[in-house]
Amino acid sequence: MENTNLSARKNPAAPMNWKHWFGVLPFFIFAILFLFLPSIRLFVGSFTDNTGKFTFDNIQQLFSQRVIVDAYKVSIELSAMTALGGGILGFMLAYAITIGGLPKFLRPALITFSGVASNFAGVPLAFAFVATLGRTGFITAILKNVFHVNIYQTGFNLYSFWGLSLTYMYFQFPLMVLIMAPALDGLKKEWREAAHNLGANNLQYWLKVAMPVLMPSILGSIILLFGNAFGAYATAYALTGGQLPIVTILIGAQMRGDVLHNPGLGYALAIGMVVIMAVSLLGYSWLQSRTERWLK
Amino acid sequence: MKLFARFLKIPFWSWFWLILGVLYYFLPLYATLDFSLRMERGKISLKAYQMAFADPEFLRTFGYSIFLAVMTIIVSIALVVPTAYWVRLRLPQARRFVEFITLMPFVIPAIILVFGLIRIYSSPLTIPFTSITLMQPLTNFKVGTNILIIGGYVVLGLPYMYRSVDTGMRTVDVLTLTEAAQSMGANWPTTIIKVILPNVRTALLSGSLLTFAIVVGEVILASFLGVPAFGPYLFLLGQHRAFEPAALSFATFLLTWAAMGIIQLVTGGQSQSSGAH
Repeated sequence: MENTNLSARKNPAAPMNWKHWFGVLPFFIFAILFLFLPSIRLFVGSFTDNTGKFTFDNIQQLFSQRVIVDAYKVSIELSAMTALGGGILGFMLAYAITIGGLPKFLRPALITFSGVASNFAGVPLAFAFVATLGRTGFITAILKNVFHVNIYQTGFNLYSFWGLSLTYMYFQFPLMVLIMAPALDGLKKEWREAAHNLGANNLQYWLKVAMPVLMPSILGSIILLFGNAFGAYATAYALTGGQLPIVTILIGAQMRGDVLHNPGLGYALAIGMVVIMAVSLLGYSWLQSRTERWLK
Repeated sequence: MKLFARFLKIPFWSWFWLILGVLYYFLPLYATLDFSLRMERGKISLKAYQMAFADPEFLRTFGYSIFLAVMTIIVSIALVVPTAYWVRLRLPQARRFVEFITLMPFVIPAIILVFGLIRIYSSPLTIPFTSITLMQPLTNFKVGTNILIIGGYVVLGLPYMYRSVDTGMRTVDVLTLTEAAQSMGANWPTTIIKVILPNVRTALLSGSLLTFAIVVGEVILASFLGVPAFGPYLFLLGQHRAFEPAALSFATFLLTWAAMGIIQLVTGGQSQSSGAH
């Protein structure tokens, strides 16, 4: 912000006029062609019936059609589960490498690796988990041969909800590490010292000082993780072959061959997803702006 | 007693979470590597890698993905650098709107983006109220599909490229650079190409590498637009082979690692994450 004010102030000779908008014209044209037009098309389509007339039917059917309600339910459960699980593991790991008292050299290594892991997704990730927890996977074999536990007889299945959750966690918790590490750095030593001088013990310091400061950041990150999982398609498709009915898989099937027998409903399905993603991003940025007051 | 006191000082829980995290990171990778080396019964060999890399279809699709990645990077830079520059220098009131656009890909996942793109560009462009066709549907011919997919990839990479470049411009003070260049008689294109671009090269490199990592393994846009890229190839290979896909998955991981490692090196720890899943 400061910089933009600066440039505006330093340039009194360049009055703001409409000609300046030409400089960003290519960017806006690109955005219209590849972002706005496609979104508007889906939006308009979701309010259009098969004869091209305006209708609220598609939106209503989002809440009444069994297939769709179930898909949203599984998607939300999957995203919430992995956001929470990834959030907890990621937070603890970020704590361990920042203020947890571990050797200093571990931090850059783990941060780099988190950058890699949070970008390692889709088809290769699915294959990696098949090699790990599939029927003949590495861990499956160790558990069977060493501990005599056949996890596939206890009801576990990699190609199901829980298997997909474990797979999603692989890109979820590193993302949490990346967001939380700077936030934990922002906890000032003086706060802890001040709290101790006033007679607070460790638990009181965490409950009364550290947690209230970190809370918006933690919640915001978990919401971001939720959106991250909610929009995922490739990993789920490669792992379950389209068997697990989540929203993105249903949209994919609708694109391939109108499985809902109503194009408008397909558009509405997509728009419903955009709305959920938008709400979670807004929540994230609102909470993040609350954090920045403290963690400068 | 002294030993016990020292033991208590070891941050037990920190080590616990660290070990758990490291196991989560490495076990799937180790399992993939282990599996990919066992193509030949009873011994460790690189047979799966030899087979996978020798497949002409692999070379074709991988080469094509690299072509797409390079084109995406060029278009992104050509689009983002002048825009970020102009917004910083002349049009600060457009900042919020431009930033809003660069964040839109977070709200519109790849599967929805490709849904919209296909619906818009699979019908011919006609002059309204007539039947005169200006252009065939983009999805119907090769160049058209390439334009669509590169445009889509630019969108997917936009948040990272823009943030990277914008941060880069904040740190080098583009205003002073521009004034200096222009007082020496440089025109606008010269200023951007010879002065601004070299000064944000670190930002460009990290933005480009992230875009590269997103594009090379991308499967959603590529498969729905019917493009013969590496992502769909790997997926299909996984349907009927066992060892080669594992080998290629591990190789893909190494490639991602290389990209992120270089970013880490050049930016000194300003790590980013794409989240294109």
